[in-house]
This record gives sequence, structure tokens and C-alpha cells, in this order.
Amino acid sequence: MTSVLYDVPGPKARRRSLLISILGGLVILAGLAAIVVMLAAPRVNAGGVETPGMFDPSRWDILADRALWRTILQRGLLATLQMAAVAAVGALVLGVLLSMARTARTAFIRIPAIIVIEFLRGMPVLLLMLFTLLVFSTGAYWAGVIGLVLYNGAIIGEALRAGINSLPRGQRESGLAIGLTPLQTRFSIEFPQAFRQMLPIIIAQLVVLLKDTSLASIIGYQELLNIGLRQATTTFGSRYLFTLFFVVLAVYLAVNLLLSWLARLLARRTASGRGGRRTKQAARVVQQLGGAGMAGTQLPVTFDDRSGGAFPSGSGSDSGASGGSGDGGGNP
Amino acid sequence: MDAIIENLPRFVDGFLMTLRLLVISGAGALVLGTIVAAMRISPVAAFRGFATVYTELLRNTPLTLILFFCAFVLPILDVDFDYVTFALIGLTFYTSPFVAEAVRSGVNGVPVGQAEAARAIGLDFRQTLGAVVLPQAIRMVIPPLINVLIALTKNTSVAGGFAVVELFATSRQIVQLRGDEVIPIMLGIAVLYLVITVPLGQFAGALERKVAVLR
Repeated sequence: MTSVLYDVPGPKARRRSLLISILGGLVILAGLAAIVVMLAAPRVNAGGVETPGMFDPSRWDILADRALWRTILQRGLLATLQMAAVAAVGALVLGVLLSMARTARTAFIRIPAIIVIEFLRGMPVLLLMLFTLLVFSTGAYWAGVIGLVLYNGAIIGEALRAGINSLPRGQRESGLAIGLTPLQTRFSIEFPQAFRQMLPIIIAQLVVLLKDTSLASIIGYQELLNIGLRQATTTFGSRYLFTLFFVVLAVYLAVNLLLSWLARLLARRTASGRGGRRTKQAARVVQQLGGAGMAGTQLPVTFDDRSGGAFPSGSGSDSGASGGSGDGGGNP
Repeated sequence: MDAIIENLPRFVDGFLMTLRLLVISGAGALVLGTIVAAMRISPVAAFRGFATVYTELLRNTPLTLILFFCAFVLPILDVDFDYVTFALIGLTFYTSPFVAEAVRSGVNGVPVGQAEAARAIGLDFRQTLGAVVLPQAIRMVIPPLINVLIALTKNTSVAGGFAVVELFATSRQIVQLRGDEVIPIMLGIAVLYLVITVPLGQFAGALERKVAVLR
């Protein structure tokens, strides 16, 4: 274990660290246990009515109910995935278009594109959704999709642009030299490489997009959160709210962790071997542009990041792109 | 335009609430996130494990779900605050893992050689940390942290869906009063968000260029 902050521990330090580890672990466990005990205790309402604790079987028997799973998975999850899938396709298309416009040689195309991208990136997705809903009266579904497409399209566009910029210049020059038009060069030579290089970032952004579909519940779309929590509690009774929260949380975590894992896998398979410094810079550009929003720090890019070795948890891989870490490690 | 002029006080109130959410939960997230980051890079295995699980779980949970938990589930558990406090708590917790990741990657970004060199010329632990490692780490951490704050600014809008009257909720209210001027109202709200996010972004970019550590 090497880190900047401490040396490779010797036997004494290792013993001490093990001791602290056990004590710290006990403290954390004790904290969690205290929360569990608090939750399990039955509570008395203002009216003197006692309600069972949160782990009472009467709150969890609903998990055996088929109707619940049909509601949550078949209607809720499906609606969420449907919105995410449509919005993802739209965002990719818009991203390609915006990155084309942003890298155009004519200032008449480039400058408006810059303004549009800057505007979309600085907006809350929710506001974009509400704007679409109110101005174009599209209904909640399309308002949600369009809001997501606009926001994520702008970020994917920036990612693609950074990817194109990170390519060696010879790629474009040789395409032009063999007689392809600039557009052909872009589509058959530059885009495939840029896309491949930026794939992990794009997938990370799609995870964000999936998470953001839950915003559509605020403007009234019936997706996982709305169906799983609001509707299900009216159907099955509000005493299940606590239980249902964990069910919905578990579904979200399962889907998102699966996608994140996929992004990491792809990152390892595609980007790690090649690219090196230039890719790193490109990833940083996206992140710095405020890009990926919160996901900026979630870019699962595995450029030979030192911490990947330092942290056997396997999650060191995702720190590569943020803050220009990892840069410098192997480079002279 | 009338709708904006008429409702100027509401706009200002909403803007101030957004700023309040940003500043307080931003500060909270910085503190909490730094603690989690410290756990994550500490030599103690139990802390590392806890911090990893914490980060992964919170990062993959939608903010809407977290705010829903604060607004509707916590009251069942006899935790009672007003919605603004709940929103502050929710935003703080949601943002903290992103802060933690930014801090962690910054600290890990300092090459081991720097600390080794510092020790080799005879600096003790405090000097190594204070004069060599931390200055570089902080430089690399601040720009991504500002990006996290920009994202937080945008995320405060979600609190507007949970009975906190900030900019997003304000836009809804004013639109209900003046349905005939939807576009100017929404653009006005949009500008108020940009007033916060664009300068922050410029600042982050300028800072990044200015304090960049060249290697």
C-alpha cells in the first residue's frame, strides 16, 4: 500500500492500524446498531396510538405480495427505463450534432453553438423540463424526455468535442489527403475514434441521465419513484412507506450500479491501452467544463491511475479524470 | 416583461433561498465530504471500507429519492424539521460523496515521489505534509470542487419540488399567476441560475489555469 501520505507500514504500524481498524469498525457498527434499534422501537403517536416498529413483520409482509412487484417493476421501472432509453438516444444524436456545430469552421455556426451549449449546461434539468412542459404543452413524458435530451446532449456534445480535439492532427489531415471531404473525414475517421475514446464518459453520463429521470416525477410523470412510493402507499397503506422506500432504493441502486460497473468495464477494455496523456486532458476538459455535472467526479476512466493500485477495492479506477489526478504518474 | 417587474420581490426571495441552500449545504457537504475522503485514504481498513460503501451508495441514489426520504419518511421516524432544513440535510448528504471523490483524487494525484523527495531531504512529517504535499493537493482539488458546487446550484432546484420556495418553485408560482407570460418568466429564472453558475465556472477555469501544477 503506497500513498502520498504515509510510508509502507512496518510491523508496529500495521499492528496499530489493525487495532484502530477493529475499534473504528466497532464504533461504526455500534452507530449502525443504534439506528437499527431506534427504528425497531415501536412508537406512540400524539393520540396515544402505538404503531409497530420499523422492522415489525406487519411492515414487511408486503414484500411477498405479487401485486406490489408488478406495480413497481412492471410499471415503475419500465416507465423509468423507457424514458431513459428514449432520452439517451436523443441525447446522443443531439450530442453529435452539437459537437459538429461546435467544431465547425464557420463562426456563424460555431458561436451560436457555444452559446446554446453554455446555456443548456448551466440550467437545472428540472427547469428545462418545466419550460418544455409549459411552453410546448407536451405532457409530462415528453417534457421529461426533452429536458433530459437538451441537458445531456450538451454535455455529451462537449465530451465528443474533447474527444475529437484529443485525436492526433494527422488523423484528419490524412483523411483529407486521400480525398475525403471534411464531412466524410469527420464521420468515418474522427467520430469513430472520438466516440470510442469517450465511451466511458458517455456511459457515466447515461447513468446520470437514468438517475435524473426521477426529476420527471416532480412535473408529474409516473415513473419508478412516483409509482413505487406515492401510488403504492395509497394502494397498500401508508404504514408501508418505510418499506417501500427501501424497495425503490434497492431497484435504483441495482440498475445504476450495474450501469456504472459496465462503464468501468468498458473503460478498462477500450481506453486504458491507448490515449495516454491526450485522453486524460480531454477527460479533464469535459470535467472542468462543469460537464458531467455531479458526474464530473464519477467519470469511470481508468487511465493508468496510480490510486488504482493503491486501493484494492477496485474503485480507485474512477478517480482518474477528476482534477487531473493520475496525470504525472507515468509521464516524465 | 410586466410579469417580471410585478413579481420582482418574489424573484429576489427565490434567488436568496437558492443562494441559502447553495451556501449552507455546500459548506456542509465540504465538511462531510472531506471527512469521508480522509477516511477513504486513511491506512485504517475499516474506515476505508465504510467510506467506500457510503460513497457508492449515495452517489447512485437519485437526489429526488433522498429528498423524498427527508420530506416524507423521516417524519414517520419522529424527526421533525421544516422543509428547508430537510432540503439542506438532503442536499448536504447527496453532495458529500462527490466532494469526497474530488478531494480524494486530488490528494492521490500528488505523485509519491514528491513525498519521498521531501522525506529524503530530511523534512519531517509535518513539513512534508504542509510544505510539499498539501499545497499541490489543494491546487488540484479546488477546481473540481467548484464544479461540484456548480452542480449543487443546479440541484437546489429539486428542493423546489419538495415545498421549498426557491427559484424553481418561484417560477411555478409566478407562472400560475401570469400564465400569459410563461416564456419571459422562465427566461428570467434561467438568467438567475446562470448568474450563479457561469461566474463560478469561469472562476474555476481561471483558477485551474493559474494554479495548475506543471509536471
